Order: sequence, then C-alpha cells, then structure tokens
Amino acid sequence: MTTILQPDDTMIPGVSEPAKSRATRRVRGLSDRTIAWLFVAPTIALLLAINIFPLVWMIRLSFTSLNLSMSYLPLRFVGLDNFTDILTDEDVWFRLQTTAQFVIWSVALQVVIGYGLALLINRQFRGHSFWTTIILLPMMLSPAVVGNFWTLLLQPQIGPFNYLISMFTGVPPSSFSMTGQVSLAPWTIVLVDTWMWAPYVMLICLAGLRSIPDYIYEAAEVDRASAWRQFWSITLPMTVPFLMLAVLFRAIENFKMFDMVNLLTSGGPGSTTELVSITLKRAAFEKWRTGYSSALAIILFVTVFGAANIYVKALNKVKQR
Amino acid sequence: MTAVLTKSSAHSIVEASPRAKIVAGGLVILYAVITILPLLWIVATAFKSQSDAIAYPPKVIFEPTLEGYVNLFTVRTRQTPDFIAKLPPPETWYDKLVRQRDMVIAGPSKVVPRFVNSLIIGFGSTFLAVFLGTLAAYAFSRFRIPLADDLLFFILSTRMMPPVAVAIPIYLMYRQLNLTDTRLGMILLYTAVNVSLAVWLLKGFIDEIPREYEEAALVDGYTRLQALRKVVLPQAVTGIAATAIFCLIFSWNEYAFAVLLTSGEAQTMPPFIPFIIGEGGQDWPAVAAATTLFVIPIVLFTVLLRKHLLRGITFGAVRK
Repeated sequence: MTTILQPDDTMIPGVSEPAKSRATRRVRGLSDRTIAWLFVAPTIALLLAINIFPLVWMIRLSFTSLNLSMSYLPLRFVGLDNFTDILTDEDVWFRLQTTAQFVIWSVALQVVIGYGLALLINRQFRGHSFWTTIILLPMMLSPAVVGNFWTLLLQPQIGPFNYLISMFTGVPPSSFSMTGQVSLAPWTIVLVDTWMWAPYVMLICLAGLRSIPDYIYEAAEVDRASAWRQFWSITLPMTVPFLMLAVLFRAIENFKMFDMVNLLTSGGPGSTTELVSITLKRAAFEKWRTGYSSALAIILFVTVFGAANIYVKALNKVKQR
Repeated sequence: MTAVLTKSSAHSIVEASPRAKIVAGGLVILYAVITILPLLWIVATAFKSQSDAIAYPPKVIFEPTLEGYVNLFTVRTRQTPDFIAKLPPPETWYDKLVRQRDMVIAGPSKVVPRFVNSLIIGFGSTFLAVFLGTLAAYAFSRFRIPLADDLLFFILSTRMMPPVAVAIPIYLMYRQLNLTDTRLGMILLYTAVNVSLAVWLLKGFIDEIPREYEEAALVDGYTRLQALRKVVLPQAVTGIAATAIFCLIFSWNEYAFAVLLTSGEAQTMPPFIPFIIGEGGQDWPAVAAATTLFVIPIVLFTVLLRKHLLRGITFGAVRK
C-alpha cells in the first residue's frame, strides 16, 4: 500500500488530459480501502454461505440424534454421544486403518515412480516434452470416470488386464479378480490411484530438479564428486521441499478419496476397500444418520486439518535449513 | 569453462551424456506407452460391437462400428424380425444399424441433457469463480488488507474438507432453499469450491505484473477501477484464462457432490456415465463412447495448459 500512489496526491494539474476533471473524479473514484473491501467481500460472503454456515450447522447437528429417514421425530440433543460412539466403534477404527494403508502405499508408490520419472525426464532427451504431456493425461481425468472404466479393464474374463498378466506369468486370466478378491482389492485401488497420480508427483519433482542451479553440479564436478555422491548431497536435499509438498497434497487428497474407489470397488468385496469417506457416505446418504455422520465428518475434518498443519510446520523447517 | 567441463565429463548431470539420454528416453517412452494403453483401450471399445466388447479373450483386432455411439444417443426397443420387416425402409444410417440388431429407435437418450447440464454448470461456476476470484486476488495483491494471510488461509482451508462431509449440511440447506437437484444450486456450490483456487492462482499471476504500470496510469489520472480494467486485466489475460480452464476442469470432472445432490434435472456427466445400461448390464461400447467424448475436451485443455499446469495443481505454490 505504501508503495502505491494515491491518485489525488500525485496528480499534477495540467500534466494530463483527464486531470481536468479532477474534482468529479474525487467523488467518482472510490478510495482504495473501499475498493479492497468491495473486492474481497463477495468471495468471503460466498464462502461463509456455502462453507462456513453449513459447517456451523453441522457442528450443531453432530450433538443431535437426527435421522433423516425419521425426520418427523423432534430434534433431540444427545451431547457427545455421537463422538463417543464413533471413537469406540471398532469398525470405524478399521476403516481409518484401511484409509491409512491406502494413503501410505499409494503416496509411497507415487513418490518412487514420480521421482524416478522426473529424474529421467530431466535428462532432456529429444521429444521429452511430448512424452511428458502423454504421461500427464491420467491426472487430468475425472476420478469417477477413471474408476468406472478401470472396472472394464480389470474384469477377470473380458478385461485386458488379467489377460496381459497371464501372458507374462502364465496364471490363467479367469483365476483371479482384481476388484472381487479380498487379497487383491486393496492393491487394486492403490494401483489405479498410482496410475492416475504418479504424474502429479513427477511434475512437482521436475520443477524441483530444474530449480537446482547448474553451477552447483559444476562445482561438484571440479571436486570430482561421483554421480552417486552428487545425487545424495545435491539433488535429493535440494528437491526434498518439493517432494514434501507433493506428499502433502497427495496425502490430503487420498485421505478424502471417495469418487474413484466408490466406482471401482464401492468399498468391496465386503468392506476391504471401504475408505472412511465411503463409510461417511453410507451413514449420511444411505442410513440417513445425519447426527452421527455429522460427528464423523467433523472428526475427519479435524484430522485432515491438524495433520496438514503439523506437516506444513515440518515443511517450513526443511525449507529453512 | 562451463562448456569445456560439460563436454569433458561424460557423466555430468548438468548435461546428460548421449547414452544416458537414450536410456532415459527409452524408459520414459515405455512408461508413457503403458500409461496411455488403458485410455486407448477405452477409445477402441467405443468402436466395438456389444459382442466384441465383452469377447473372451479380449479382442485387439475387430471390425469397427458406430453402434456404441448410436446406443449412447438413443433409447431402443427390441422387436420381432417380422415387425421390423413390415416397417418402411430405414431413413438413416443409424436406423439401419439398429435394425440389424432387431431393435427400433424409440427416442433420444438422456445423454444430451446431461451434457448440457455439464456445460451450463461448468461454464456458469467457472465464470462466477473467475470473476469473484479476480477481484479478490487483485485486492489481496495490491492493497494492505488486515489479516490478509489469515483470510487467504481461510479461503484455502475450505478446500480441505472431504466433499462427502461438505455435502451433508449442503444437502440439508438446499432442501430448505429448494436448491436440491437444480443447476443454480450446483453452480453456487462449484463456484464456492473453485473460488479458493481462483484467488490463490490469480494472486500469483497479478503479483507478477509490475506495479509501475498501474502507478503510471494513476498518475495519468485514471481511477483505480480504470487502471484495473485497462492496465492490469489485459496483462493478466493469460493467467485468467489458465485459471478459468482449471475451474472448468474441476466442475467438469466433479463427481461426489453431483452424485449426492442431483438425481435428474441437474445431473452432470460423471454420475451419468457409469449408469448407461444396455440389455443385461452396462452397455460397455456406449459407456466407452461417452467416456471418449467426455475426455476429449480434457485432453485439449491439458495440451493448452501445459505451461501453467504446475501452478494450477499446487495452488500457485510452485511456479516454475
């Protein structure tokens, strides 16, 4: 603000043509402070109406026993019952475990593949730009549509996936089902998620690699540092903040994961791939337990928010080093 | 000196050796081919007949047909061969195609209205989000706003909520306001989600425009608003366009809100596509045809956005 000149203070009469109407302009032109508020207010108002008001309402509902399929019942406040119910429910803990395993494995795989790809692409071979664009395509698609068409690809008989596996391993293609088998389904959602999001990690890591100035490597060359040594002492440490940023974004997104898995396995077989978002959807929109699901939603939100905050602090520490 | 160094040391990472480049290129191309195969399979399935699509073993070579696309756009009824023989000769190529399967076209399917919903909701929410986002981003970029960092963080944090969790109170609120399953309701909701991205991205873009241009305009007697319109906006045009495409892609691809809050009237493509049913289950060629048509704009956008992609997916945290 201090660097911005006020029109009224700086206008020199006679210098420019519009200066003639300075008197009218003073009335017509709004002050910077008014403009700032006029510009920010609509966005804040919209977010208050669509995000914050419903959130506050949800907090209120989480203390009630509201069930929409029996909404004729009077609203009954039950205190912290919903929260204690959820936190003592073994099933919920099991879903959280399923979700945590999904997040850890999918993010780990994406980091390995994404970082590897970024290192390779950074060698700037001919045509790398074209092939990078191809690799980026999956992450731009609708997760729901991806989940849906992978069910075709993974069909035990008619899908090409099992057929390809059998070509390489000799296992008969109809002898296993990627989405229907308890032992395979959790890996299937990790596989499809990695197919979709490894390019995301790749893109961020690539930016990290390109941010390292050449002269550091040149200095390392002068010191006769081996390629291996250069990687561990220069490349990796300098790309860690980027890698951590990618992990943060992916972990949050996958913790919330609903669309792709809902269409790929819809939580099955049994509940082996039932991520916590799917549990929430079932409680809220199939069993209509609004009070209970509001409490669960708040627990999830606090978890994401808390974890993200701790992580960002750690990220800042890494950056400062 | 630099040139000599990079040339003399074959294993320098600064400039990879030709052999390293070939190995890297080979591996990346292999990955790219594997990663694109599922998409190519879907595009191919759209041109298969129903029996080819579910053949065992899966068919790589087949006789292409437009049946999938015809099935996507029409509702058909099965008739006896006698009945079909008595009908007047087919008027169009698709009538003919359908009759070969002992079917008669009964009318258009719901795919066009769903597609129109996707377009209206997508463009409506994008326009609103970019409009509000540009104003807010300009204010955050150029004026000292009390608690600006907190406000910006608040704007971002609304995006951390799991969509299913947000949908619960929105469902209740929309029921009260008669906004359930309406395009307006979906536009407002998507605008709220997109505006956080728009503010963060556009603030980055506007920060990069030197203040000197505006200051010069202000000295020339422009008002703030005139300076914004005639000086800042023309410079921010690429950034605004990139932001708009990101918003459009989000609305286009969104599934969780759409499936939980719409059922017919305002339903968009993502919840519709998985439920394109033929006789006995999913009509895979038609589903694949819908997927192909749905994905084409995204592919074009990806190519267009290539330069700004990194910014968009990290909320402007990483610029280049």
